[in-house]
Amino acid sequence: MDTAFLLDTFLRLIAALPLTLEVWALSVVLGGFVALGVTAARLSGSAPLEWFARAYVFVFRGTPLLVQLFVVYYGLASFPAVRATFLWPLLRSAFFCATLSLALCTAAYQSEIFRMAVAGIPRGQIEAARACGMSRWVLFRRVIFPIALRLALPAYATELISMVKATALVSLVTLWDVMSVSLKIRNDTLVTYTPLLVAGAIYFVVNFLLARALAALEYVLSPHLRGRPLFNRAPDVL
Amino acid sequence: MRKRFGAVEVLKGVSLTAQTGDVISILGASGSGKSTFLRCINLLETPDDGVVAVAGETLQMRTRRDGRREAADNRQLDRMRSELGMVFQSFNLWSHMTILENLIEAPIHVQKRPRAEVVGEARALLEKVGIGDKASHYPAHLSGGQQQRAAIARALAMRPKVMLFDEPTSALDPELVGEVLRVMRKLAEEGRTMLVVTHEMGFARDVSSRVVFLHQGLVEAEGPPAELFNGGSNSERFGKFIAKQER
Repeated sequence: MDTAFLLDTFLRLIAALPLTLEVWALSVVLGGFVALGVTAARLSGSAPLEWFARAYVFVFRGTPLLVQLFVVYYGLASFPAVRATFLWPLLRSAFFCATLSLALCTAAYQSEIFRMAVAGIPRGQIEAARACGMSRWVLFRRVIFPIALRLALPAYATELISMVKATALVSLVTLWDVMSVSLKIRNDTLVTYTPLLVAGAIYFVVNFLLARALAALEYVLSPHLRGRPLFNRAPDVL
Repeated sequence: MRKRFGAVEVLKGVSLTAQTGDVISILGASGSGKSTFLRCINLLETPDDGVVAVAGETLQMRTRRDGRREAADNRQLDRMRSELGMVFQSFNLWSHMTILENLIEAPIHVQKRPRAEVVGEARALLEKVGIGDKASHYPAHLSGGQQQRAAIARALAMRPKVMLFDEPTSALDPELVGEVLRVMRKLAEEGRTMLVVTHEMGFARDVSSRVVFLHQGLVEAEGPPAELFNGGSNSERFGKFIAKQER
């Protein structure tokens, strides 16, 4: 076991981790905002907006992320019309394209999570809030958002962890993330297992810490679900 | 009030006037429209025809382009709703808040009252309904009867002019019904104006000042309980209805 090589591999991969995390964080946050818009369109009651939201989710959930990534980075660049616009400096940057593409993809999944979280709120609790005279905005802020947040958290955690792994694909659009550095080491040294296993271990540790942090958040947000008596429970509590 | 759901006309023209201090029990078989009528009062259902007036103020309605009716002024609707306290069959306490937080939520965020005053009043109300020790518990930790009493306290915390009860004991185990009825009786004796949709004949007979019997969307019989329950109404249906309830 060549410990010097192991250590060298590890240090190189760790040096690439910030880029991975940057792509992850930016795409998740940007995707979150897009998802809010898509969910709002879906729940708007307006037929054309609803149709748009459903089409968006259908396309971005139904095609492989790799295909979307290539279409945005390699595909858009092949049109002279695109190269002539003012957006070109952005659109030729691999970082921008990769982040944009990941964001659009995660937005589709996040939008579905938001939609089901809102749909899962017990109707009676919303009625009680309206019957107290709460305006639409107060209702959203004090009842809909808190309950939807707690309902969305488990599925949202899964999506966040999924996105960490999805960032590995940006290695295929010339970004030097953890995955691409490990592949380069493999290509240069022809040693297969060490770089890939170390990369795998790094992703694993990141996801482990992320999962623990989200579990702690879930715990803090749900005292109402702990310590419930087993019997003689009333109906309709979440 | 008139209300139809699709092809079914649930309310065919029901009118009700209540004076301060009236305790009105609304009785009827399932599908008679009694819950729908109550929910039309605070516009949880929108009546196709009819007006709601509370303490002399009429709720302004308007018709949308697609034919549906709605409140003309949402602020007026919210304000009038805050004067009508509602207690639901399934309690509908907010599950992510403690009992105390449930009580203070609307007074603070809708009525904009100072927190210290609201908390003090809320604790007193919890004592009054008999669950003073449950203030920091979550609704899931309480029995059905305790939850309903908390829901009543939550409605009272808004200092409403009228209390609306939509079958408050229908979802409770028989042994828990009594504790909720006791609280409602106390409120009635204090002079609260209450509209109660219920199947509890005992409450209707002993506590209410007036009984209204609905059948298929219309008022079949109306009057003081002493008169109605002793065969004073000319409605045969009402007689049969009572006989069935007290089997």
